[in-house]
Amino acid sequence: MTTLHNRRRLRLAASLAALMASATVSIAETAHGPEIERQTWAFSGFRGQFDKAQLQRGFQVYEKVCAACHGLNRVAFRNLVQPGGPEFPEESVKALAAAWPNQITDGPNTEGKMFERPALLSDPIRGPYKNDNEARASQNGALPPDLSLITKARGVERNPSWWAHPFLMLGDIFRSYQEGGADYLRALLTSYPPEVPVYLRDDKGKLNLVQTQNDADKSKYETCVAVAAGEAGAPDTCNKLLDGLYYNTVFPGHQLAMPPPFAGEGAGGVIAYEDGTKPTVENMSADVSAFLSWTADPSHDQRKQMGWQVMLYLLVTTVLLYLGKKRIWSRIKH
Amino acid sequence: MGGHTSSYEPTSRWGKWFDERLPIARLMHGSFVDFPTPRNLNYLWTFGGILSFCLVAQIVTGVILAMHYNASDVAAFNSIEHIRRDVNYGWLLRNMHAVGASMFFVAVYIHIFRGLYYGSYKAPREVLWILGVIILLLMMATAFLGYTLPWGQMSFWGVTVITNLFSALDTIYQGLGTGIVEWLWGGYSVSGVTLNRFFSLHYLLPFVLTGIVILHIWALHTAGQNNPTGLDLKEPSEAVPMHPYATSKDAVGLFAFLLLFAWFVFFLPDYLGHADNYTPANPLVTPPHIVPEWYFLPFYAILRAFTGSFLGLPLGQYAKLLGVLAMFGSIAILAFAPWLDWSRVRSVKYRPLFKYAFWTFAFTCVALGWLGSKPAEGIYTTMAQIFTVLYFAYFLIAMPVLGLIETPNKLPRSINEAVLGDGHTDPGGRSGHGGTGTVAGATAVAEKR
Repeated sequence: MTTLHNRRRLRLAASLAALMASATVSIAETAHGPEIERQTWAFSGFRGQFDKAQLQRGFQVYEKVCAACHGLNRVAFRNLVQPGGPEFPEESVKALAAAWPNQITDGPNTEGKMFERPALLSDPIRGPYKNDNEARASQNGALPPDLSLITKARGVERNPSWWAHPFLMLGDIFRSYQEGGADYLRALLTSYPPEVPVYLRDDKGKLNLVQTQNDADKSKYETCVAVAAGEAGAPDTCNKLLDGLYYNTVFPGHQLAMPPPFAGEGAGGVIAYEDGTKPTVENMSADVSAFLSWTADPSHDQRKQMGWQVMLYLLVTTVLLYLGKKRIWSRIKH
Repeated sequence: MGGHTSSYEPTSRWGKWFDERLPIARLMHGSFVDFPTPRNLNYLWTFGGILSFCLVAQIVTGVILAMHYNASDVAAFNSIEHIRRDVNYGWLLRNMHAVGASMFFVAVYIHIFRGLYYGSYKAPREVLWILGVIILLLMMATAFLGYTLPWGQMSFWGVTVITNLFSALDTIYQGLGTGIVEWLWGGYSVSGVTLNRFFSLHYLLPFVLTGIVILHIWALHTAGQNNPTGLDLKEPSEAVPMHPYATSKDAVGLFAFLLLFAWFVFFLPDYLGHADNYTPANPLVTPPHIVPEWYFLPFYAILRAFTGSFLGLPLGQYAKLLGVLAMFGSIAILAFAPWLDWSRVRSVKYRPLFKYAFWTFAFTCVALGWLGSKPAEGIYTTMAQIFTVLYFAYFLIAMPVLGLIETPNKLPRSINEAVLGDGHTDPGGRSGHGGTGTVAGATAVAEKR
């Protein structure tokens, strides 16, 4: 029992160390981190609206895969019915809430006791853990974050040179790019390579990426999730994959506590889309990223629709005011 | 308000009765209807009206948001999400308020650069200008306090970094800085106590700001508006009544500005913020980059330019203190501009050398803004130091020295000459400071209709 306890403590310490290591690496790497590809989403740009079918598929992925660890506490079951979202029929959401495995703690009842009850439409979509400590205890010290706001809390950082900066900025403003969180999440979910890359250390201590290993000199090979260049002739540092973490090329530091969520197509037989979309890792990642973009911004569709009405009104009024102003000023020389 | 006499004549008996007891309609009429405005004002002069709109919009949306907001460390973040998700049009109010803060700064920076370009800070508008600097400071304080209220990661760490600046005073007198910091926090760390008092002050300051804005307008209407030539008004015909001339132009400017405002509110509500602020505040996890909102970036760059050595000059233990002083000094120095600029010509239009200084200064401010968003290391720090020197050189070197050595271009003899050409020159020559048109000017134009 004690050894088990100690081992758990050790693993906790290890994951803490990993977190700290990843923090240092992320600072060194922001200058040239992995390039995250921008996707064309249904909800991209100033005209985009959510694709209802995609949100429904995304919810399915959340329900069958993500919900094993992550909560969605800022979203209530009733939101799944509302316009601008997945718009599931109310009856099926009622049934879904009643059958949701993570029940609601309510009370105290007339005897002063707290009790568990099935969720109602008005209740939040709970994850499996009652609190952060319980989550950490069962996840080797790692905390699976609540996903309600995850796409707003993440983004794609770009570091253009100073002369390109204003142009890229204006381009983003003109196209109204707000999908950095979804782009990041989709990239994260699809960037679990099966193997950690192997490097060969040369005489000067530099680490070079190798494709094939020569059996002759095994001691020179190192597997690294990230390489930090040694300063002024010092040998490079190899960041090794830590125990209990997984290699990911997008996550800052390149190792994270979340295992690859989809074990191949259909997430190992868990996901079967009803609308005929193939449940590839790519599709599932994109669908759940779209769904989590909606959970972070449920008024999105209404916002953009109203935006066009307001812009049109302002444009017409500006033109009319300008014509009026011209007329008024035509009375005098100026 | 100001030196102009209102031509208001009440028409109804009730109007006469009220006017004899409280001439507020007379005051408003004189200030905003028949007030003489130079006829050559360009669209840059519409930003005063735009800023008044911004202030009112922030107060109105803010008051409604406060009805749904909960200023406690456990509930603040959740209450913002409650506003975004459950309050009717809460998302719209919150976007308008958050984007509105940025738009307020866009407008105020254009307004300030306009003042610098056309020499609006010079006599007789020194008090008007200083009131403007006070307004800028109050705006910054209010915006900073407001940014803490969502209690996200960037809120929390922004407060931690900025309030800690005062600890630099420890180098002057041991314990002074720390004492001030703990007094600001209401404890030994940033906590819910800090959040609660920041909310209280965030609600208070806009009303103080409104009071100063009224003084600013009063001072403006006493000295009269500057204009693109920088010349004084010499004859009534150089002015037009505020309504409908200036007001019709202000309306166009305001609505064009609202197009930009609405674009951000509806299509880019989070573009000007930070992703980190959608993660609830956590005192145990420091974000990798703590960056203030864009409108503070130039000042943040000046603060961070003061490291162990400043362009080879060792600063030692005084680095932080000097950084703090330079940051506050970079705003305070604006207030001294009226006396630092020794040129008698107001408008940069007629100043061939100072023109270069002005545009270098404008570039410097943008460059400092960009550097403020970069990590404070290596080449970025060196560049920030160079631009910090350029920033202060504008006020301390370019303003006095160029004022002495520069030969200004030939000035038009009057606004009328500048606007209407040679035929309408005023033989009287320059008639000194403080001249504003009179009601006669307004009627002169009216007769021309």
